[in-house]
Order: sequence, then structure tokens, then C-alpha cells
Amino acid sequence: MASSADLNRLTIANAAARLRAREISSLDLTRACLERIAAVEPRLHAFITVTEKDALAQALAADRRLAAGAAPALCGIPLGIKDIYATKGVATTCASKILKNFVPPFDATVIAKLRADGAVFVGKTNMDEFAMGSSTENSAFGPTMNPHDLSRVAGGSSGGSAAAVAAGECLAALGTDTGGSIREPASFCGVVGIKPTYSRVSRYGVVAYASSLDQVGPFARSVRDAAIFLRSIAGHDPRDSTCSARPVPDYERALTGDVAGLRIGVPREYFVEGMEPAVEHAVRAALKGYQAMGATLIDISLPHTAYAIACYYLIATAEASANLARYDGIRYGTRAAAEDTITLYEMTRAQGFGAEVKRRIMLGTFALSTGYYDAYYLKAMKVRTLIRRDFERAFETCDVIVTPVAPATAFKLGEKMNDPLTMYLSDIFTISVNLAGLPGLALPCGYDSSNLPIGMQIIGAPFAEEAILRAGDAFERSGAVATRTPAL
Amino acid sequence: MDLNRENYEPVIGLEVHTHLMTKSKLFCGCSTEFGRAPNENVCPVCMGMPGVLPVLNRRVVELAVRTGLAAHCEIAPRSVFDRKSYFYPDLPKNYQISQYETPVCKGGYIEIPAGDGISKKIRLVRIHIEEDAGKNIHEANASLVDFNRSCVPLIEIVSQPDLRSAEEAGAYLRELRSILRYIEASDGRMEEGSFRCDVNVSVRKRGAAEFGVRTEIKNLNSFRFVEKAIDYEVNRQIELLEAGGRVAQETQLWDSVREQTRPMRSKEFANDYRYFPEPDLPPLIVPPAMLEEIRRAMPELPADRRARYIRELGLSAYEAGVLTAERETANYFEAVLPGLSSPRGAANWVMTEVLRVANETGKPIAKAVPAAGEIGALLKMVEARKISLSAAKTAFAAMLKSGAGAEATVAELGLAQVSDTSTIAAACDAAIAAEPAKLAEYRGGRDKLFGFFVGQVMKAMGGKANPKVINEILKQKLAG
Amino acid sequence: MRSAATDTRTRGCYDSGTMANSKITLEQVRHVALLARIELNADEEEHLRADMDQILAYVDKLGELDTSGVEPTMQVGESGTPMRTDEVTNSPDPEAMLANAPARERGYFKVPKIIE
Repeated sequence: MASSADLNRLTIANAAARLRAREISSLDLTRACLERIAAVEPRLHAFITVTEKDALAQALAADRRLAAGAAPALCGIPLGIKDIYATKGVATTCASKILKNFVPPFDATVIAKLRADGAVFVGKTNMDEFAMGSSTENSAFGPTMNPHDLSRVAGGSSGGSAAAVAAGECLAALGTDTGGSIREPASFCGVVGIKPTYSRVSRYGVVAYASSLDQVGPFARSVRDAAIFLRSIAGHDPRDSTCSARPVPDYERALTGDVAGLRIGVPREYFVEGMEPAVEHAVRAALKGYQAMGATLIDISLPHTAYAIACYYLIATAEASANLARYDGIRYGTRAAAEDTITLYEMTRAQGFGAEVKRRIMLGTFALSTGYYDAYYLKAMKVRTLIRRDFERAFETCDVIVTPVAPATAFKLGEKMNDPLTMYLSDIFTISVNLAGLPGLALPCGYDSSNLPIGMQIIGAPFAEEAILRAGDAFERSGAVATRTPAL
Repeated sequence: MDLNRENYEPVIGLEVHTHLMTKSKLFCGCSTEFGRAPNENVCPVCMGMPGVLPVLNRRVVELAVRTGLAAHCEIAPRSVFDRKSYFYPDLPKNYQISQYETPVCKGGYIEIPAGDGISKKIRLVRIHIEEDAGKNIHEANASLVDFNRSCVPLIEIVSQPDLRSAEEAGAYLRELRSILRYIEASDGRMEEGSFRCDVNVSVRKRGAAEFGVRTEIKNLNSFRFVEKAIDYEVNRQIELLEAGGRVAQETQLWDSVREQTRPMRSKEFANDYRYFPEPDLPPLIVPPAMLEEIRRAMPELPADRRARYIRELGLSAYEAGVLTAERETANYFEAVLPGLSSPRGAANWVMTEVLRVANETGKPIAKAVPAAGEIGALLKMVEARKISLSAAKTAFAAMLKSGAGAEATVAELGLAQVSDTSTIAAACDAAIAAEPAKLAEYRGGRDKLFGFFVGQVMKAMGGKANPKVINEILKQKLAG
Repeated sequence: MRSAATDTRTRGCYDSGTMANSKITLEQVRHVALLARIELNADEEEHLRADMDQILAYVDKLGELDTSGVEPTMQVGESGTPMRTDEVTNSPDPEAMLANAPARERGYFKVPKIIE
């Protein structure tokens, strides 16, 4: 039997091959992950709920299935699931006190798909409360640490999933991305993360933060793994009226390794003062690497970049204010004692929501209120069109766009908690991508002098996941960056 | 105060919410069946659980568009769903998915009778689709919530303030409900809550161009209460204005016990609904092909049916009106007709005998009276003079009890009428011969005695003689 | 990326609404809290007012853009609302639906008495 210490570090591609070659079993893989979880969780805190018993049962079932013959790509693979996905019979808290006892009677569509494929769920990962945040410090159950440096944040809002993959607690994980919540933690933790085109993956059963921005996506250890995972979850869902009916390509087949002639747009607005020099250096080095592989760099402008954060924080908060209105302690969740219904609402929500969630609900409510709707919400929706058009114009001359993921590497825990606006401004490179509904891939492209990972973002046109995956895979294969395993 | 009342004109607008008759809910596959145990017809979607999403029911769109076509509305090729936010225990998401700026139907009108055969067009503002909320039951120390009704499809039909009296309001509601039942969009049961009406009432001096301040009255669950509430509120406003006061714009509830309106304690005191387009639903597109299909599948409307009865069957406007008030009645009437030469005879029968029984028993026509075919058969016998009209009524009463058919009943009761001229002639002769004195008096000018002789002939024939034939023959014979 | 607006210093003034050019008053904060049904204590009200003030001042930069004639990106739908056939596909399971109820009675969800 292979050593446990190695199994939890395998890629999906590798593990799948070895499972089919009968070299390892899903039970081996799962046990290795669970052992790792037991070893590092006290320091890392990537999980809210660890589902050991269920995982082992799923692993056994997966092994039987693998033994019987052909099985889907993710069969037997241990995954972490962000605690924003409805998992039937297992607590789904969204890292909030208000849902800390909520056990959904149904599965999210992607969860049902993964279950049907025989995947193994090792647990529900930590996140910023209701996906609102960029550091996982807004979790009601404590933050998740960065495996590369436990005094720093793992990023957010999908910090738990990113950290779990980086630390070897699972082979891959599910996250969600509304303003950068997959890409930023991927960058901070040194793993691959992809936010697909809006509507590529079903949102049914994904607790809503901002309905027109939320998207489901995987964290993985390689671009190939991300491609495999994405293919398993993408596709039409009759339960989600915004979900695209376009056929899902075999993303793996796009990974030809060839980027000769690839036109890479480099937007000048994404290389500005205030960025950490190491970040800029790493991304520019990656761009040179692309040139060496035969790609062409094209200087482009996305002129409305500076307005993206303002635009996002009006649209996302407005939608969130309505999406979170349902948390009132009547049908599910925690409830405050009250003698009348008004108090029931007001106290349940006051006690159940954290400060950041309250702040965004208040902002969003204000942006939609009478007298302010036109100046705030409607205005933001118009600026969104301008941002979309920026990208449409850019993709007339480029195939993909490459930028940094974040202006800096992982910051220290507590460093940005005093000032919400400072925290918001760190989303600057990721947020436009959500506003325009485009696919964005984050992958490691270097480390700074403190050994903290630096991520590069590859943005594509709508439904052009193949292009960005191919570009990312080519970079990975070039060996320019040796991925460092956290010492944890 | 009558004099002063005359100086004022009531201005009334109605908002009707009605359930659409679909099998499943507006945004999920739960049943809409009424009367189930609490929280049986619910699922994560209509209960607003975290992560759920709405999926539109096609039949709702078809019925909403149908209603719009029946009301001569303009159907929007593209309309948008919006979120209407407010907090209430029966509202699972604490927002309702509705349509705000772009309803699926715009404009249109409903025609109501305005006396003397004229009709008045009551213009509509709009018709839009929205989801219903659950139900609250109030107990001593708590309220209980049942979400069975949550997400049941509704259309809201908003009229312009074109109504000028309680009677007009009643006529509008009746016509609207009739249309909805005809097109099978709704069963219009106000008492069951599937047809709800809010009234907007204001008054103004006759001749004034502007509208007065209006109040909104809710919680009206019968047409009678709508009319009473309007009358009450109009009077209240006039008296207030006459006394120098001002009408406050407020929402009122109708107290059906005291028969008066009273202001509502605010339900949602900050009524800022913060409408914005529903991000979980792409815009509703009604392509021309779909519109055509809906138009083609449209059942005949009551107004068209009325017109047809007047034009093709020679019925009066009144008769056509009574027969088409309910689609079942009209269908029944048309099923009675085949083979009869006098539609008016059939009309009369259905209006008097059939509807009487249906109204008395409170049952729908299909269950209350014998099948239309049987009534048709009965009336054919009358037309063929096989039985008299009064015999037919006797037969009808018996058929109601026994459930037997027309032929069988007539035979069993021996109601067949004798029209044979020789038999009747013989009876006439006998009757005349038996009363020489009266004959003389008749011939002397006492015309009234004609009826006496008719009666004698009838008695002799056991009531089974055809009265017309008796009259003809007797007249001849009495004349000498 | 570190602009002046991000300095914690500018969060300064906690004076309720008398700050020049403030984007939101304490009254407004209370009204919004009512609309959102969130109870705030005096401290929270003040902090939120300051936070919202700062953020609203920031988002005001959208006013620099001329958006006349620009269509808002309201929805991302390629071809209209997908529609489903009118059929009952759910079977009753009240126990599962009530299982998470914080308070229930005889098959209903229970709340404090609602006053109309």
C-alpha cells in the first residue's frame, strides 16, 4: 500500500489513473486525506464540518464501482465542499450563526452530480460569511489560515477550500466566485482556481449572495485537474433558469500545450502604482515566458476598470439585500426570542448576521430604496454595460487577457479588518470579470521573498474556457514555476 | 344630504388578484390543490430555502396572455419579472416575484352593461403575473403559517378609475369573473380566496377635472361586500368633505359585521418595496408564434356568445345575458337545442326551470338537473304536441327525483297528450251537449263561458288534451 | 491602489450627520435598518453610518461617467425565460420541510401573534 503521506498530494489525473490501475483505492486516498485533516486542522481551520463517516462510506462505494468497470473521472476522489453548497443531510452554514443548525433536505445540483459520479466529500469548508469577504476572516466560526504562513489569511471568500487543497486535506475542492472568491484565495494559497463563464454551471442549491454574479468553480492542484473537475460539473440544469444550455466541451482535450500565435492582451490599467513589486515582476516574467512559447502580447486598455469596484459594491449588495431577506428564523436557522414578529425579525437578524453581512445588506437596501435607485443601482447597471463593452472590444484583438490576481500576496490576519473599503479595493483585478460574466483562471506564477504564492489570472471571452485552460496548462507545463508545498 | 350627494361623483378603480387554474405552482412543481393538510404542498423552492431558484410554469404564461387577449390588452412581447421586497411571515423569501415596470399585458378594457342595452367600456391599466404568499392563521398566543398557497400563480388585473358607482363595480366584477371562467383561466371563487378584490375609492365634485384623494379598501370577499363598502366609503368621504375635512390617503379594511370601513393598522409601515429586476429569471418573451397559438386556442368569450345568441338564435339581450352568465349554463343550453325549432322555447325552459333548480340546490348545472339531452327530448315532445307544457313541467319534477329519462317518465306518468282531433271533437260534443243552458248564454254573448267549456273538455279528457286543439275545435262547435 | 480614501483616518467624524457633504444621516441609517429588519444599537448605528458614508462617497465616482443612452445590463439571458410544463412533480413531504423549523405546531410554522 502506498504511503499516506503521498496520496493526499496526488492530482486528480494521477489518482484517477492509479485507481483504475488498482494501485490504490479510494479508501486509501480518503484515509490519507482524513489523517491529514486531523493533523493540520487545529492550526489551519479550513473546515467547518468534517464528514468522516460519510466520506468513508462514499469511498467504499466508489471502490466497488471502480472495480466493476468504467467509472466517471471524479469517482473515488476526495473533495472539499465550500459550506455554501446545500448538502442533503449535512449542515450547510455559510459560516453564519444564522444558519449554524441548518440541514438542507436537498442537494445542490452540482453536489448531486458529484455524488452520482461517485466523488467523496471529506467535509464542508470554511468561508467568509455568506461569501462576503476576501479573507475568510468574516466567518462566524473563526478564520482559515494560509498554509504557507499561518499568520496570514488564506484569502476569501472560499479560503477554506483553497487552503484545504494547498495543505493536502483533499485533492480538489468546490468554491464560489462572486467578485474573486475563487481566484484570490487560489492566488494566496498557491493553487489553481477557475471561475467559469456566468451560467456555465448550475447555481441551484448554492446559497445566493449576488445572483447575477455568483458562479460555481473548482480549486485544484493543476490546470488539468481544474479542466477535469469543471467538465464534471458544468452543463444545463432545468432547475436554474439562468443556466446555459450550451454543450460542455471536453476541456481536457483543449490542453494541447500549444500557445503559438495566442494573442494575449495585457491591460495597462492592471499594472498600476500600489501593486507589490514582486507581484508585478512575477506576472511580467510569466508574460515573457508566453512570448518565448510563441504567443504575442498586445497592449490593451480596459478604460472603465477604476469604476468596477464601485459598480460591484452597488449591484452585489443590492442583490444580496434581497437574497438574505429570507433569514428570519421562521422556516429554518437560528431564531431570537421575541414576543412580536417585528422583534423576531430584527433581533434574529441582528444576532445572526456578522458585521460585514450587515454592512452589505444595509448598503444594498439603501441602493435600492426610493429616491436612490436611479443614482445607485440603475447607474451601476449601466456602468456594468460599459465594463462589459471594454472586454468585448478587447477580445476583438486578443484571445485571452492576462493580469495579476491581486495587487499583493496574502496579508496578515487582522490587517485589513478595520476598514471595509480597504478590503474592497483588493478585489480590483478580479471584480470586472464577474461584472462582465467572463471566465477567469487563476494559477501560481511565482513566490515573493516571504515565500508567499503569487497568482496570475487568465481571462477569456464568454464560454472560452478552453482557451484559458490551454494557456494556463501550457504555462504550467513550461516549468517556469516550481510549485512549493507548504511546510505545514 | 341627498342634494349634496348629487354634487359629487364617486371615482372607483378595482384591483383583482385571481389564482390561475394550473396543476402546479408558478415557480415549482408543487401541486396547487386546495384543501390539503398544512405544508403538504411545499418544497424547498416555494418555501424559500437557501440556494433555491424559480422556474417559470408555461401554462401560467398561456393563461395570463389568454386573459389579456380576452380583455383586449396589448401583449408585451418582452416583459420582466421584478422582486418586490417586504417582510411578512407568509412570504417565504421576504420578497415576492412580481412584475413592476413591464407587465405582460397593458391597456385593454372590460365591457359592462350600462342599462338600456348600452354598454360601457371600463379601461384596464395592466395585467401582470405574480406569486401568491402562504397563509397565516391567528391563534390566541401565536400565529401559524402554512405555505401550501405560497407560489401559487396569480394575475393582478388593474382597472383605470373608470367606475362611477357600486353597481358598475359589481357589474365589472361579474363580467370579469365570467370571462375568467369562460377562458378557464380561473374558477373565480371569491369565498375560497381564488378571486380577491381591492377597491380604490375617491369622490370629486361633478365636473371637476382632478381626482380626489383616494382610499384603498382590502379584505373584501364577496361582490355584495364590494358594493356595500363602496357605498359606505363614498358616503363617508362626502360627509367628511362637506364638513370641511380632508380625506386621508389610507388603507382600510372592510368590517363585514359592522358593515363599515376602518383604517388598517399598518401592516408594513415602511412600504418601500425596492423593486428591481429579478436576476434569477431572464426576461419573459412571448414570441408571435406562441401568441398565435394562444389566440387560436381561446374559448368563445361571453360577449361573443351573447352576440351570437342574439344574432343567430333570435334571443333577446336579456335572455342572452342570463344564459351566458355562466359558461356551464350556456353549454347546457346549446346541448338542449339540437332538433328543436324554437330556441326561445329552450331558452325559456333553461332560464326558468333549469336555473331555478340549480340555484335552489346550489349545485352546478351538471349535477343539479337531468342531462341536457333529456331536456331536449322533453321539449321536442312539447314542440311535437305530444305533451303539453304543463305536463312537461310535471315530468321534469319527476325526473329530478328519479333520475330517469324523458321518454320513460312521460310514459310512466301517462302524460302523453292527446291531439287526435276526432277524440277531442267527440269530447267537445259531449261537453256542449251536457250544458245546454250555458251554451245558450255563450251564444247570447257571454264570451267568458268559453273557458268553462275548455275546462269541461279538459276534465273529461283527464287533462291530457292538447289545449290548442281544444280551442280550435270548441270555437268552431260553440259558434254553431 | 492605496488611495487616500483607504486611510483609516478619513473614517473620522462620528458626529451624527452634521459632517459637511455627508452621504447619509443617522435618520436614514435607522430607516434603512427598519427596511432591512436589523436591530442596531447606538454604537452600531454610528459605525454603520460612518462606513456607509465612506463607501457611498467612494461609489459616487460612478457619477463621473456619462451613461446617457447606455442600456443597463439587467439580465443575462440568451433567449427568454425558460418555461416548464405544467405538471406536479413534487410529492408531499411535510416532515422534511418542517424539520428545520425553529418553532412548529400541528404541522404549521409558529411565529409570535401577528397583529393586523
